[in-house]
Amino acid sequence: MHAELTTGQVFNVMRFSTHDGPGIRTTVFLKGCPLSCWWCHNPENWKHVPSEVYIADRCIGCGICIEACPNQALARTPQGITVDSVRCAHCARCVDVCPSEARERTGWPVTVPELVSTLERDIPFYEQSGGGVTFSGGEPLCQTEFLMAMLKACGQLEIHRAVDTCGYAASDVLLQVARFTDLFLFDLKALDPVTHRANTGVDNAGILANLRQLSGSGADIIIRIPLIPGVNDDEQSLSKFGEFIAALPRRHPVNLLPYHAAAAGKYKKLGIGLRGANVTPPAAERVVEIAQHLSGFGLAVSVGG
Amino acid sequence: MNARIQKLRHESMLAKPCISIERALLTTAFYKENAGKHSVPVLRALNFKYLCEYKTIVIGADELIVGERGPQPKAVPTFPELTCHSAEDLRILNARPMTRYGIAEADIRTYAQEVIPYWQGRSLRDRIFSHVPPEWNQAYESGLFTEFMEQRAPGHTALDGTIYRKGMLDFKREIAERRSTLDYLNDSRAADRAEQLKAMEIACDAAIVFAERHAELAERLASATTDERRRTELARIAAACRRVPAHAPRDLWEALQMYWFVHLGTITELNGWDAMTPGHLDQHLQSFYEKGLADGTLTRDQAKELIACFWIKVNNHPAPPKVGVTAEESGTYNDFTNVNLGGLTRSGDSGVSEVSYIILEVADELHLLQPQASVHISGKTPDRFLKAACRVIRKGYGYPAVFNSDETVMEMLRVGKSIEDAREGGCSGCVETGAFGKEAYILTGYLNVPKLLELALNNGVDPLTGKQAGPQTGDAAAFTTFEQLYAAFEQQLDRIVSLKVRVNNYIERMVAAHSPAPFLSVVVSDCIARGRDYYDGGPRYNTNYIQCCGIGTVTDSLSAIRTHVFETKAFGMDRLLAALANDFKNEEALHHTLKSKTACFGNDDTRADELMQRVYRSLFAAIDGRPNTKGTVYHLNMLSTTCHVYFGKMLGATPNGRLAGTPESDGTSPSHGADRNGPTAVIHSLGKMDQVKSGGTLLNMRFLPSVLRSDQDLEKLAQLIRTYFRMNGHHIQFNVMDTDTLRRAQAEPDDYRDLLVRVAGYSDYFVDLDQHHQEEIISRTPQSTC
Repeated sequence: MHAELTTGQVFNVMRFSTHDGPGIRTTVFLKGCPLSCWWCHNPENWKHVPSEVYIADRCIGCGICIEACPNQALARTPQGITVDSVRCAHCARCVDVCPSEARERTGWPVTVPELVSTLERDIPFYEQSGGGVTFSGGEPLCQTEFLMAMLKACGQLEIHRAVDTCGYAASDVLLQVARFTDLFLFDLKALDPVTHRANTGVDNAGILANLRQLSGSGADIIIRIPLIPGVNDDEQSLSKFGEFIAALPRRHPVNLLPYHAAAAGKYKKLGIGLRGANVTPPAAERVVEIAQHLSGFGLAVSVGG
Repeated sequence: MNARIQKLRHESMLAKPCISIERALLTTAFYKENAGKHSVPVLRALNFKYLCEYKTIVIGADELIVGERGPQPKAVPTFPELTCHSAEDLRILNARPMTRYGIAEADIRTYAQEVIPYWQGRSLRDRIFSHVPPEWNQAYESGLFTEFMEQRAPGHTALDGTIYRKGMLDFKREIAERRSTLDYLNDSRAADRAEQLKAMEIACDAAIVFAERHAELAERLASATTDERRRTELARIAAACRRVPAHAPRDLWEALQMYWFVHLGTITELNGWDAMTPGHLDQHLQSFYEKGLADGTLTRDQAKELIACFWIKVNNHPAPPKVGVTAEESGTYNDFTNVNLGGLTRSGDSGVSEVSYIILEVADELHLLQPQASVHISGKTPDRFLKAACRVIRKGYGYPAVFNSDETVMEMLRVGKSIEDAREGGCSGCVETGAFGKEAYILTGYLNVPKLLELALNNGVDPLTGKQAGPQTGDAAAFTTFEQLYAAFEQQLDRIVSLKVRVNNYIERMVAAHSPAPFLSVVVSDCIARGRDYYDGGPRYNTNYIQCCGIGTVTDSLSAIRTHVFETKAFGMDRLLAALANDFKNEEALHHTLKSKTACFGNDDTRADELMQRVYRSLFAAIDGRPNTKGTVYHLNMLSTTCHVYFGKMLGATPNGRLAGTPESDGTSPSHGADRNGPTAVIHSLGKMDQVKSGGTLLNMRFLPSVLRSDQDLEKLAQLIRTYFRMNGHHIQFNVMDTDTLRRAQAEPDDYRDLLVRVAGYSDYFVDLDQHHQEEIISRTPQSTC
C-alpha cells in the first residue's frame, strides 16, 4: 500500500504537550494496546477500532441522533437514548449531529497527510523549545505501518520524533522503528514476570529483551516507570529495576511517574470497574525516597516526565 | 522585605480609599477670584500653583519617598472643573458595596454649598453634553460605545528619561529661550504660544514650591524628633526635596523623588486617564544605581528599599471615581500606572539590567494592586530575565504582563515614529502603545463590535431600547447570502464610528481650549519647542485610539450564521432571530448546535480565523487614518479593559450561543470556553491577526497551577511566549489559578483579601470584583496539559 494512503486510528492529538519528551510537543495517541494495565488512563483505547460513547448527563433528549441514524440503532428508553449494538455500524453519524456533545467517538481514522498537516502547525513551537512530536497510545507499535509512515513524514519535515512504548512487540519491528525515531520513552512496569502478567495481562520476557536490544542499538531512551502502590513500589521490586537498568548496555535516564487517580471519572463514564479504586497515590516523600534508592544504582532519576 | 517596608505595606493595605474635597474647594475659590483675568493656559497654571502652595502636605512616619495627592494616603481629590459630582453621586460612592470611596456627610454638605453651585453649567462635561447630537446620545444609551473624554482628562501618558537629566529650572531656561524667539511678525499663533509658554513657566515654579514645602516640613519634623536615625532620614528627605524637581537628580533617591513629584504634579493638575507612568523605570534608574554602587553610597538592599517605598506610594493613589455610574462600570481602584521593565534602549540594546531584577523582586514581594509591572521582551532580551518574570507569573498575581518589544517598535514605525523614539516607547495603561515622553496617545473610548452585528441583524434597531440606533440596513431575515449580512455589518460599523469620531473631535477642541495641561506639557517633548499644549498638538506625536471590544464574540457569531443559516441551512435566519430575541428559550437543540458545531476563533481553525481577519480588516478600514483635530489621525486598538462585561450587559443573545447580558470575549482573547485546542492553537489564531497595524492587543490565558509546577514547565511557558512573539504577538498575560480557589474566595472573601487576579490589562483583588467580573474570570478556559 502507498504510504500516503496508510490510515491510522487515533484517539487524541494533544497540542502543547509538556510531559512527553523535551520541549513543547504534540502527542499523538494511537489506538490499540496488547496490554491491559488496570491503572491505564485510556482504557477505551485498548481496542483498535473506534466506538461511540454516550454521556447521559449531557443529553438534552432532542432525538436528533435517532432520526439521523441510518441503521435505526438508536432508541429512546428510560435510561436515555440507547444503542442496539447489533445494528450499530459505528458510522458515528450520531456523534456528528448531536448538538450537546453527549456522543463522543473514542477515536477516528486519519491518513498520514491529514495527521501531518495537524502536527506541522506547531513547528514554530517545536523549533523554539526543542520540542517535537510524540507517538503514544495505546501502544503505537500496534499500528506499525502507520507509525512508520508517520515517522518518515515527520523526519522529512525535520520534526523531532519520540515514541512512547511499552516495548511489547516483535524485536525486528522495534528495531526497524528505531531507525526513524529520535527518542524512545520506554515504559517499564514490573520486572517480576508473575507480577507483570497479573497486572498487565502479558508476560515481560520479550519486553525486557527488547529494551536490552534497543539499548545496545544506540537508541536514545528514557525509561519511564509508573509507580503503582502495591505493584512495584516495594524495596525488592525497586532493587530489581535498579539492577536491570544499570546492567543495560548503555546508561539511560529514568523518569518516575507516580500513580494518580485522575482517570477514575473516565472509568465511571465508560462503565468499567476501576480495580485500583482504593489505591492511594504514593506520598511525595515516598517518591523522593524511591528516587534516591534508584539513584543508588548510578542512574539519573527524576520525577515526572 | 525589611521592617520598614512591611510596615508601610501593611498601612497601605489597611488605608481605605476616600474622597478629599480640599482640591475642589481650593480650585473653586481660585476660579471665583480669577476666572476671566487670565488666558486659559495661564489660569490653569496659576490654579495648579495655588494648589501646590496651599494644599495640605504630609510626610508619613518611616517614609523615604514623600508627597501625596490628597491630605492623606488613598485620599482622592475631585476635579469639578472637568466634571462635578452631585451630592447624590458622593453619597453613592460612600455607600456602594464595591469599590467604595468614603466621604463624611459634612463634606458632602460643604460640597453642595461651595462647589456644586459654581460648576453647574461651567464644568467641561456640562458644556460638552449640551452640544452632543441626539443620535450620539441614542448610540451611547444603547451601549454601542463609551466616551473616555467626558469624565476625566484625556491621558495615557508615560515619560521618557528627560526628567532625570533636566530639572524645572532647566525647563524654565528652555521656555525662556523659546519665548525670546517668538515671531510675532510671521507666526499668527505667536500670541497663543506666548501664553502657553508663560503657563508652562508658572507650572515649573509650582512644582518647585510644592517640593520646597516638603523640604520645610521634613526639616521641622527632623528638629522635633528624638529618634536619631529618623532625624538623619528626614534631613536626607529635605535635601532631596531641595534638589528636585528644581534640578536634575544626582542619585537614586533623588531620581525616585523627582519622578514622584512629577507624577503628583500631573495627577493634581488634571485627572488624566490613566494616571501617569514612569515608562522604562529600570532604564531610568540604572545609571544612578550603578553610580551609587561604584562610589559606595548605595547598596543593592538600599536601592530595593527605596524602590519599594516608591511602589507603595503608587499604591496609595487610587483612581479618581467617576460620576453617575454604578460600581459595575468603574469597578476598580486601579489607576493603571504601568512600569515597563526590560525592553530596548534608544540605541537598540537590551534594556535589562540588575535594576530590572530588583524591580521584579519588589513587585513580587509586595504584590500590591498598583503599580502594574510589565516585562518587555525582544529578541535581545536574555532568557534569564523572561524566566525570572515567569517565576512571578507562576505565583498567580496576574502580573507581570508580557509584551513584545520588537512588535511594539514595528507598530510605531508603521505610523511614522523614529526608530529611537519607538524603542524608547512601550506600553502604558493596559496594553496601549506609545512613544514615551513624546506622545499624547489619547484613548477615546471602546467600541462594542458585537453590538454592531446585532444592529445589522435588526435593521439598525437596538433590541435593548427598541430605538433606531444605527442606519436601516435591511431586514436580515430577507438576506439570501452571507455577503449581504456582512455588508450590513460594515455599514453599521462605518456609521457608528463616524458618529463617535465626530463627537470626539468636538470634545478634543473643548479640552484643548478649556482644559490645557501646562505642567504635563513641560515634561513631554516637544510642547516647549512648539509652544503648544499637550492637548493641542504640542507633543512630537499625537494619536487617537478607538478600542474595539468583542472580536471573539463577533467572529464566532458570524461563523455560526454563515455555517448554519447559509451553508448547511440547518435553520433559517427568521428562526435564529426569534431564538436570539427569546434568549434561546425553547430552542435548546439550536442553542447547543450553535455552540458545538461552529468553527470558533482561537482553535487555529482557518474557517473562523479568516473571518476574524476579515472583521479586523473592516475595523481597521473604519478607524485607521480618520483625521483628528491635531493634524494627525486615529488608529485601532484592541483592548477591552472591563468594558466587555458592560458591553455584554447591553447586548442580547448572540449567534455564537452566548446568552443575553453575559460578557463578551475580552480583549483579543477567544470567547469564553470556545478555545478547545490548547494554548498553541490560541496563539496561532492570534498570530493571524495583523497586530502590527493596531496600537495594542490583549490576550488573556488562564493556566491551572499544576501546569507550571516544575522549572521545566516554566521553561516551556517562556518558550510559548517566545513563539507567540515570533508570530508578532503584542501582549500575553496569565492567570495561574484553579477554579476551586476562586470559588472558595467567593465563599470566604475575608480569607482571600489579597488574592490578585488578572482582570484586563491590570490585576485587581478578586474579592473587590463584582459578581459579573468574578464569573467572567472563572469562565476563561483553563489550559492544562497531558
